[in-house]
Amino acid sequence: MTTLTAGSVPARRLAGTGTLLRFALRRDRLMIPVWVAVTALLVLSMPNTLESLYGTPAERAGLKRQMATNASLRAMVGPVFGDSLGALTAWRVGVYAGALAAVTSLLLVVRHTRDEEESGRQELVASGMVGRRAPLTAALLTAAVANAVLAVLVAAGLAGRGAAGALALGLGIAGTGMVFATVAAVVAQLTESARQARGLTAAVLGAAFVLRAAGDSATDDGSSVLTWISPLGWLENLRAFAGERWWVLLLFAGAALAQGAVAYALAGRRDLGMSFLPARPGPAAGRLGTAGALAWRLQRGAVLGWSTGFLLAGAVFGAMTEGAADLVGDNERAREIIARMGGQAGLTDAFVSAMTGMLGLVAGLYVVASVLRLNGEEISGRAEPVLAGAVGRLRWAAGHLVIAFGGAALILLLAGAGYALGYGGDAGPLLGACLVRLPAVWVVGSAAVLLHGLLPRAAVAAWGVAGAVLLLGWVGPALDLPRAVLELSPFAHLPELPGGEMAWKPVLVLTGLAAALSAAGLVALRRRDMTS
Amino acid sequence: MTKAITVSGLHKSFGRTRALDGLDLEVGAGEVHGFLGPNGAGKSTAIRVLLGLLRADSGAARVLGRDPWADAVEVHRRIAYVPGDVTLWRNLSGGEVIDLYGRLRGGLDRGRRAELIERFELDPTKKGRTYSKGNRQKVALVAAFASDVDLLILDEPTSGLDPLMEEVFQRCVAEERDRGRTVLLSSHILSEVEELCDRVSIIRKGRTVESGSLADLRHLTRTSVTAELAGPPDGLARLPGVHDLDVRGHRVRLQVDTDKLDAVLRSLSASGVRSLTSTPPTLEELFLRHYQDEAVAR
Repeated sequence: MTTLTAGSVPARRLAGTGTLLRFALRRDRLMIPVWVAVTALLVLSMPNTLESLYGTPAERAGLKRQMATNASLRAMVGPVFGDSLGALTAWRVGVYAGALAAVTSLLLVVRHTRDEEESGRQELVASGMVGRRAPLTAALLTAAVANAVLAVLVAAGLAGRGAAGALALGLGIAGTGMVFATVAAVVAQLTESARQARGLTAAVLGAAFVLRAAGDSATDDGSSVLTWISPLGWLENLRAFAGERWWVLLLFAGAALAQGAVAYALAGRRDLGMSFLPARPGPAAGRLGTAGALAWRLQRGAVLGWSTGFLLAGAVFGAMTEGAADLVGDNERAREIIARMGGQAGLTDAFVSAMTGMLGLVAGLYVVASVLRLNGEEISGRAEPVLAGAVGRLRWAAGHLVIAFGGAALILLLAGAGYALGYGGDAGPLLGACLVRLPAVWVVGSAAVLLHGLLPRAAVAAWGVAGAVLLLGWVGPALDLPRAVLELSPFAHLPELPGGEMAWKPVLVLTGLAAALSAAGLVALRRRDMTS
Repeated sequence: MTKAITVSGLHKSFGRTRALDGLDLEVGAGEVHGFLGPNGAGKSTAIRVLLGLLRADSGAARVLGRDPWADAVEVHRRIAYVPGDVTLWRNLSGGEVIDLYGRLRGGLDRGRRAELIERFELDPTKKGRTYSKGNRQKVALVAAFASDVDLLILDEPTSGLDPLMEEVFQRCVAEERDRGRTVLLSSHILSEVEELCDRVSIIRKGRTVESGSLADLRHLTRTSVTAELAGPPDGLARLPGVHDLDVRGHRVRLQVDTDKLDAVLRSLSASGVRSLTSTPPTLEELFLRHYQDEAVAR
């Protein structure tokens, strides 16, 4: 009896945390180092790139002035607070690195909490000497380890540009990571599926990005309420390398602690595997009768979510576009800046092009998620009884692929419609600017189809394809990467619309490529063994 | 057509692992065929080849007279399959899944569906994520038994069912047989196989080691005999086919190859029999014999 009651109550609730943490770090021995290294490299390579673009103090001061006057540019990358190379680095990649840390953290936390419960693995673990609070604690500590390593790398790597600024940026990026780690911890208590938990947390991150963008387009010093609502705005308002406001770090700490407390409180009030959004009874009889109907039933929620998100994002970006040209006029330098950020001459057009390009890149994530539902169905074994029915593999796959590829067209169309609503201009060019991204989105999707056909066990690598394309598109131009590298992304080949000349050749070539890759994937799927 | 399934010389390797190594299997139309083997013997692999989910490396397989790989869709119209581990969609109700599975096959008998839901005591309004293992299994079983098909392929279908439900399951299989349907039943529960199956195939390491009716198979194995004699036994040890002879005074225990039973009985009655029990081999002994052979061979 004495051994069972030994230790204080809090200590017993945390029993086994160390073991679980070591186990989690072992499971993620590849994922964490890769994510941390990519994020750190992104930040650490920036000063040299910026130096080659803006070599003299005069050029950097000019950049700062331009950003102060251009609301649309600020919406994309935020205001510039200082003209040192360190300050420009924090300006150019701070928010993106913070977003990357947030994505890593939310994936880690959901993976080690809701994912484990949903799969039933948690049950066996919890039957061991594991305290009630240990799994959540171990998951948060795993994220904390990843973020701490990232903070150290950034702070050490940029220390030469100013130790205080380097430390502030490192802590700000890690702090953003931990804020979203704890958001994920809360959400993982509310939902029953890991997929939902990831989706909802990612939606919070997307909202934080849009809020910061809207706030920054309204003010030139990050003082808008909208910016202060967004954790990504805190990162910018930390003003690393430009008179650090150390107290902003308290916001990160406070939010993380408060959200962590909520997560623990929720976790303590529910049973293992259960959630606060309980399952309602369903119909006793169903109308689903085909593999296609099943695919739609499984994916319709996601399609609805993405459609709403793209419509809203388009409307917000559209509203920000207003006056992009007026503020800067024909200023040669501003054009140059936007050209260096991946746009081109004609400021409003360039802004629209950059924003719709961004939506196109994000649509790549939708298409991969949707195609990989096919993979999830197969790996989980749910596809087996379906394929044991009178359903050919191609028909089964087609049900999901129509939703993936057609859905990509739908969300881009809605983004264009939202943009037209927000901007109030002629809808035609805006719809065109969105839809012209479609062939590149399809190429990303077809890569996922091919991976699923050839290597079903490794098909999640399609996320790597979508992520690489996203990084190339968002920060590739700023990194001054060689053209050959940038052109690895299918998006780099598309005509810049609106404003640029419509070129049908790349559109047709990319569409053909997507069709060919998809066909190859389907042929492979038809010939191979089903996995289970 | 008299054969529902014919398989000969089936090979299937996964990398260096040989899952099937020359498997033969014949299932006559209208029979309930037991498919036995230890874990990892290749039963599920064989079933997945028969369903066209895996492609055999070599050998021939016909299901309902067709090639299961090339004509998968046509074959599947007349097949119902129940896997040993049913995974459901978390947000679809059991009833929706039953109807989906039914429509993906040849169709569903509504009356039988309702009756089976009643008999298996299944709540069809619950969502996939809230079912226990046994209840998930019931969803697949109801869909299979209510489907309008010719062949049922059941891969360890009763794992997770309680004894009462196991009994319902056995009655359902018997009804299927009475309706002239063919059942291939892979199982570990030997009493279930003994109860239900007309014929049995035992596989080991991807190869068929025994196949035939239970009576045939019993013939190949040993009967245990225990006898209390009037006088000391004489000459038993010299008789062919006698094993594990244990004589204690007038008490005799032995195992005898079933086809040599006659000579043993004659020898026993020569000494005068006071009491005699003779136990025919159970399927379990049959199975264990093959299994132990394997353990020894290792």
